[in-house]
Amino acid sequence: MSTLRDKSAVSGIGETEFSRESERSQLALTLEASLNAILDAGLDPKDIDGVIPYAAGGIVAEDFITNFGLKNLRYSAQTPMGGASPVAALQSAAMAVATGICNHVLVALGRGSISGGRITDRLAQMPQMRLVSEFEMPLGTNAPAQFYAHMARRHMELYGTTTRQFAEVAMTCRRHAQMNERAMMRKPMSLADYENSRLISEPFRLFDCSLESAGAAAVVVSSADRVGDLRHRPVYISGVAEGHPDSPSAITQRPDLTRIGIARAAPVAFEMAGVTHSDIDVAEIYDCFTYIVICQLEDMGFCAKGEGGAFVEDGRIALGGALPVNTHGGLLSEAHIAGMNHIVELVRQLRGDGGAAQVEDAEVGLVTGFGDLGDGSIAIMRR
Amino acid sequence: MSTNYDALPEKPRPQPAPENEPYWEGLKTHRLMIQQCSGCGALRHYPRPMCDRCYSMEYGWQEVDGRGDVHSWTVTHHPFHPGFKRDVPYITVTVDLDCGVRLQAPLVGAGAEALRTGLPLIVGFEDIDTDLTLPVLRPVTA
Repeated sequence: MSTLRDKSAVSGIGETEFSRESERSQLALTLEASLNAILDAGLDPKDIDGVIPYAAGGIVAEDFITNFGLKNLRYSAQTPMGGASPVAALQSAAMAVATGICNHVLVALGRGSISGGRITDRLAQMPQMRLVSEFEMPLGTNAPAQFYAHMARRHMELYGTTTRQFAEVAMTCRRHAQMNERAMMRKPMSLADYENSRLISEPFRLFDCSLESAGAAAVVVSSADRVGDLRHRPVYISGVAEGHPDSPSAITQRPDLTRIGIARAAPVAFEMAGVTHSDIDVAEIYDCFTYIVICQLEDMGFCAKGEGGAFVEDGRIALGGALPVNTHGGLLSEAHIAGMNHIVELVRQLRGDGGAAQVEDAEVGLVTGFGDLGDGSIAIMRR
Repeated sequence: MSTNYDALPEKPRPQPAPENEPYWEGLKTHRLMIQQCSGCGALRHYPRPMCDRCYSMEYGWQEVDGRGDVHSWTVTHHPFHPGFKRDVPYITVTVDLDCGVRLQAPLVGAGAEALRTGLPLIVGFEDIDTDLTLPVLRPVTA
């Protein structure tokens, strides 16, 4: 399982400004973040020979060839796993450079303003949602907050998990965002603020839910043989995997509502990287909803199933705690760039460029993705 | 009805694939029909072309009695789809049917405070129009 270990590294990272809405097109945002990542690596766009755009984004490889004038794009792919896409794309990028097909693969994700279209209509058209679209949407189950609420409620009933524990995730992300000038939400969040936020789909309140954002982020994944003379210290991809849950097309029919795809991916990634949980200095965990962080901590093996609620208490996931989580503020408080911002933040941390939120001496970290109806992805990286 | 509401967008409707039509046709006659593999006899929901145990693509339909118990639920307060704007808050329950598959449907006849894992419920039928009947869940009365 060690075939991809340290064969590739993130050589460049780039982002745009994050905002609730943008006048700019999704393509323009994606290209700006991409160019920033390429220049950050010390490369020229013409050096890019592979590209993995976000599958749900409407941006395709041709857009990069057209705008960057690429002459020799040798690999393009998409990883349609919703919010698990960016980290799953790291696996594809690592494979592309480890096999010698590419030297430098661009992974990019941009989101324009959502005001143009109704999200429930877009979801209903996605092939991953075919069964949900036919059997659940006509009944009023139309959005991710509702899909995942059944998972969270089941967890609460089985294990006694509380919304107070959900609040811990939301407040921790907010505290981290306050140290981050790029973050959209920097006002303090008290427990009372959390408890007074409006109900969305119980048990989720507004502050259990991630932000709506416009913006983009991108990384360049380079062959480990090609990073020696680049601008930054490389951040190696030591272990990477994607995993799919049982009944991936319908949460309702999943034997265990509390178990998601990352449960299958995490053992693969840890074994590939040759590290254990105690080696992880910082974790950027996909946080579309607070509960999803708790569920992933369990399914990755940081604690047993059912103990995730207690795990996030007492500052364990805050800066200074045993496992700092979402040092940038996450999707809950930095911005919803579908987790590409989580990859960028992990690289920043492992370069030592985390600013006020820097985890001291961070050497090994992980980043996760979660998407659609339970797909998962995980990458373990080291400096 | 003389109330002059602003017209809401229509609620989404099922667009049955061929292998799903008997389910929807069954609801129209107030029968709950579950797909059954002709190869190994397993009941499966949601309907699909192939059995994931024996790979048979042959199947029939079994009428079941709609009894089950609560597996999980949510109370929706935010109308994500504007067609449900006048329905919020509404309760949607995932039930374990006694026949071995799960079903999701709105709860009628009880409030969220009554809900707990394992509470017995039974499937009912709500005729939306002549072309569509949707399942609902009701408490089991003694």
